[in-house]
Amino acid sequence: MTILRIGSGAGYSGDRIEPAVELAEKGGISYLVFECLAERTIAIAQEARLADPQAGYDPLLEARMRAVLPACRQNGIRIISNMGAANPEAAARAVLGVAAELGLPGLKVAAISGDEMRAALVAGGHVLTETGRPAAELGDRLVSANAYLGAAPLVEALAAGADVVLTGRVADPSLFLAPMIHEFGWAADDWERLGRGTILGHLLECAGQVTGGYFADPGVKDVPGLARLGFPLAEVDPDGNGTITKVAGSGGIVTPATVKEQLLYEVHDPAAYLTPDVTADFTGLCVTAAGPDRVRIEGGTGRERPARLKASVGYVAGWRGEGQISYAGPNALARAELAREIVRERLALVGVQAEELRFDLIGMDAILPGMAAGGAPSEVRLRVAGRCATAAEAARIGNEVEALYTNGPASGGGAVKSGGRIVAMLSALVPREAARPQMTMVTG
Amino acid sequence: MIQLRDIAHSRTGDKGDHSNISVIAHDPADYPFLRDHLTAALVAETFAPVLAGRVERYELDSLGALNFVLRHALGGGVTVSLALDAHGKCLASAMLAITLPDPPHPRAASPAAAPPPPSGPAPAA
Repeated sequence: MTILRIGSGAGYSGDRIEPAVELAEKGGISYLVFECLAERTIAIAQEARLADPQAGYDPLLEARMRAVLPACRQNGIRIISNMGAANPEAAARAVLGVAAELGLPGLKVAAISGDEMRAALVAGGHVLTETGRPAAELGDRLVSANAYLGAAPLVEALAAGADVVLTGRVADPSLFLAPMIHEFGWAADDWERLGRGTILGHLLECAGQVTGGYFADPGVKDVPGLARLGFPLAEVDPDGNGTITKVAGSGGIVTPATVKEQLLYEVHDPAAYLTPDVTADFTGLCVTAAGPDRVRIEGGTGRERPARLKASVGYVAGWRGEGQISYAGPNALARAELAREIVRERLALVGVQAEELRFDLIGMDAILPGMAAGGAPSEVRLRVAGRCATAAEAARIGNEVEALYTNGPASGGGAVKSGGRIVAMLSALVPREAARPQMTMVTG
Repeated sequence: MIQLRDIAHSRTGDKGDHSNISVIAHDPADYPFLRDHLTAALVAETFAPVLAGRVERYELDSLGALNFVLRHALGGGVTVSLALDAHGKCLASAMLAITLPDPPHPRAASPAAAPPPPSGPAPAA
């Protein structure tokens, strides 16, 4: 193969569906990858699976497959996704169900599991990176532990002829690196090519964030057609350099500026971007315009992969309670400030037990105190949020905000209260042997 | 004086309790100026109200970009933070509000970067 074309069909679990169909129909791609598994999502999916053995995969899996499978089958496009979440095997069966419904027989669907390692985390005495304490101390608050797998088990599935590969926790760029390794036959220690491929995967993993999504700033950085934003595809060379582009006629833009913003998104040391496959190095990268909506990516490299795998660990961290109410017109800020003081005093007076409380004036100081440019705001919204040990305690926070309707400053409006259980994430570094990737193939 | 947004663009990412904020020169000619003036100390001062750790700065000469990592700036991390913007995604816009001295080389005037008149009061907004 000379050039490999890989499309990115989703940047998060709730992403738009039509841009993936557009890529499948008009992108001239060989692979369509959907990155849909946020860090915390797998913990919540794990709980769903415990409640129902057939559950625990992405809630939009069937809808996405129903939308893209016809064009993918017609154009010979293979699909890779982490929509398997906490139950890749059940997800694979669900995809076969959709294929049968669409009259598409003979589909081969691979499920990659083995990232789940809650028991191994506890039994192995592994320590949480953030706290330095053993994971076992979380006790029954521990909900999930999943190692980030690399590309290898996905490559195995592609070699076995899978049309669709569904995984749980896999490093996001590895979803894209797998087809490159499969098609170009890169060695497992070809660090330079693996580094370059990982960089392209990183650019694709958030879908529209490299084609002008999350970029527009009117008058400074204008982007046309954001309501019909096109999702990206990479044209990958056999040496791992490549070009980022999108379907002609779709909305959005691909420029060196959109690419550079996404390149550094969620990156710490650009000389050492760690994945299970390689330590990628962005520092020598050249990003240059190569025609309309085409940007060339060259000069990346890589070094040996990290010795250990990262695991994400989900645990129950209490309950969140929140209330909001708005004030408007002349003196809005003074009334919102008074409301804030009233709630602060009330929470102390009635003895609400909170591990942490937060009082924001949205429009003034909710994002970064001190940023307000001056002048009287025409609308201010009070927001009070807290973290408590129980749901009942957390609910008292929203109640005190709501009670401002009849007990607080004049003309407060639009009060809402909300809350919910907090599933939080920590991480651990574990030996590679702690995860045991497995591939299961089912055929329709 | 200029605002950082006159010469650069920015995006925030989150990883655990740490925020990273890229700063990318619109014109690569402004990158050396950014490297000289947009220090980790200045960024730490700007984000002091939310920052509980240190600021690291990485230089990407070939991209004309800086990458700042703000340690412990996300209220314990997106999954536990009580902040309205738990990811800290809006912080890039706060970064672009930083004021800097005028860069040395002549630049094309943009509406956002219109210099004040040489004397007299500033025009009304």
